[in-house]
Amino acid sequence: MKVALFVTCLNDTMFPSTGQATVALLRRLGVDVEFPKAQTCCGQMHVNSGYVPEAIPVVRTFVDAFAGYDAVVTPSGSCAASVREQHKIVAQRSGDRGLVNAVEAVSPHVYELSEFLVDVLGKEDVGAYFPHRVTMHPTCHSTRLLGVGDRPERLLRAVRGITMVDLPAAEECCGFGGTFSLKNPDVSVAMGSDKARHVRESGAEVLVAGDNSCLMHIGGLLTRQRAGIRVMHLAEILASTETDK
Amino acid sequence: MTDMRMIRTQTFLGIPPFPIAAKKALADSQLRGNMHHATHTIRAKRAKVTSELPDWEQLRVAGADIKDDVMANLGHYLEQLEESLTKAGATVHWARDAAEANQIVIDIARSHKVDEVVKVKSMATGEIELNVAMEEAGISVWETDLAELIVQLGHDLPSHILVPAIHRNRSEVREIFLREMGKVGMAAEPDLSDEPAELAGASRRHLREKFLRAKVAISGANFMVAETGTLVVVESEGNGRMCLTLPEVLISVVGIEKIVPTWKDLEVFAQLLVRSATGERMNPYTSMWTGVTPGDGPQEVHVVLLDNNRTTVLADEVGRQALRCIRCSACLNVCPVYERVGGHAYGSIYPGPIGAILTPMLKGVGTSKQIDALPFASSLCGVCYEVCPVRINIPEVLVHLREQVVDSHREGVPGTLLTTMKGASWLLGGGWRLGLLQKAAGLSTRVLWKNGMIGRMPRPMSRWTDARDIPAPPAESFRAWWKRTDGGRKDAASAGKTLRNGTDQK
Repeated sequence: MKVALFVTCLNDTMFPSTGQATVALLRRLGVDVEFPKAQTCCGQMHVNSGYVPEAIPVVRTFVDAFAGYDAVVTPSGSCAASVREQHKIVAQRSGDRGLVNAVEAVSPHVYELSEFLVDVLGKEDVGAYFPHRVTMHPTCHSTRLLGVGDRPERLLRAVRGITMVDLPAAEECCGFGGTFSLKNPDVSVAMGSDKARHVRESGAEVLVAGDNSCLMHIGGLLTRQRAGIRVMHLAEILASTETDK
Repeated sequence: MTDMRMIRTQTFLGIPPFPIAAKKALADSQLRGNMHHATHTIRAKRAKVTSELPDWEQLRVAGADIKDDVMANLGHYLEQLEESLTKAGATVHWARDAAEANQIVIDIARSHKVDEVVKVKSMATGEIELNVAMEEAGISVWETDLAELIVQLGHDLPSHILVPAIHRNRSEVREIFLREMGKVGMAAEPDLSDEPAELAGASRRHLREKFLRAKVAISGANFMVAETGTLVVVESEGNGRMCLTLPEVLISVVGIEKIVPTWKDLEVFAQLLVRSATGERMNPYTSMWTGVTPGDGPQEVHVVLLDNNRTTVLADEVGRQALRCIRCSACLNVCPVYERVGGHAYGSIYPGPIGAILTPMLKGVGTSKQIDALPFASSLCGVCYEVCPVRINIPEVLVHLREQVVDSHREGVPGTLLTTMKGASWLLGGGWRLGLLQKAAGLSTRVLWKNGMIGRMPRPMSRWTDARDIPAPPAESFRAWWKRTDGGRKDAASAGKTLRNGTDQK
């Protein structure tokens, strides 16, 4: 099986540790993952902000980079959802039949990390060790757009040493919302403050999610509040082993 | 004839664009408390009564399908409805826009020489600002829905589709009743408490006087059954039924999208609407009337069929799904944005997620900054789509309208965002270009941030950093790490080290 990592522009630029953890995890599970270096971004920021023509070159770059792979794994529910839901819209808008065909060929092979681990590799216990109290923010796009269901939670519960605690109002949006966080900063922060309060109330030391965009927002509030709670991407917990300690 | 002072209905004119209006609303602790309590109560009730129906998802699909069929064959169904209504003794009027609809209603009221009318709660008449037009014509309009009465007496604006006074709590309602009722009719007892039953009693006495006196009533309708020409009003209080049965003349202003073809189709919506709206299994009062019934109820029945840009919405392939809306408010009650800012910040009779798509489409994208801000008043979390009983994909329409907003401003001097988006489009057009940006970001970290968190920054970054920290960009991007270590193969030990550092960094 030929597997590529779509690390996402945000992880590539801001959170390389998440990409490194994904690589370490997949290798441990026997997957020889490649990193096509032509890759950049899913184009979601452009589409969701109303700049569809500007998203066309981004989508073209995506399909060029990932054509021919059996599976494209990405540590982001939001970006996986964008590829599956929005790339066809952008391609159709381009009027380029070739791009439409390329999108139709590539998109179905794109998996969010927990989907790939559970559905493709058939793994729930990935051999991780993480002796901490952890709560999970399920993220809107993973649950509502992508429909990952309880896959991330099943993976986390199989981690040795971990204590999972419930997050109150877990299904509520954290208020990040891409450019929403800048166009409507006051509402975004009001939503995020409630999320951060729920995280504190959970009693966890670590907040985990499958999207660093949400975590950047919630984590930014938590550190500003000196809450003493770390945020970590799902891949980073699943990659942790006893030898890391 | 009434000697009472007329109430001037407020309008949304002058409400600033959403981010500014929202900021003000967020600071109102009373509003925040009232909204949190009310939305969470209805949310829980809705979740309970929809989950107990095994065929809820099939009902949603059926609801969407029936409405899509109506929209695809609207001309046919409208003609059928007109024929049925006329046969049943009703007079059908066609209104292209708000001004035409208002004039039709005013002319009918004037022909009966009345200076007051009673009104059933109706969104369509709110949309066309009928009350304002009638007041200008010298006719008093008495709202009889309890929540609408609270809004009207409070010189206030509605903030919710189903519960227009959702932003008020019962002590505020008591104060409004005590202060205002006597000015326009029967006053409230001076020792009125804020017990809901006492408040309802005060409004009952106040409204009864108006019901018994009114010659003309105005309503909307939740549904119009094309095959028989039957109009349907779904309500909780029975005040609507008083208006629909006591006066001699009944005028109903109804959007043309409110058609259902048959009574069999109505059955689907009877289940969908109430469970989605109030979270009840059934509502207390459902009134249905088919034209004129001699000797029973209003003897003169008018139906004003309102377009007001609905046919423009119909022409939009993505946006037309908004015409399925049955005004249940489920999307408002679950929306995390609406919950925190309330309805007024949307500057429209239609607030919340459905308002954020319906208002720009009905009024026209590009017509004002206030309108153009609405499609952006959402984090696109998708919970509105999840609960919509007619499966309107609100996030999809929001994104579609954002594109229309951007396109309507592409002419002239490009703004900051357009320039940024074009720049980002170029940068993301190839891996090496993104790599250049990352090298610059990494360099800035080495010079400025030293691998820590970034705190407060000047504008425009202050939009983020006023309340949130942001991690400094890493000294080495993933791409650069991969190249340097051959994906970690060259330097397995350092991969683990980088990982831990990266983790600690956040």
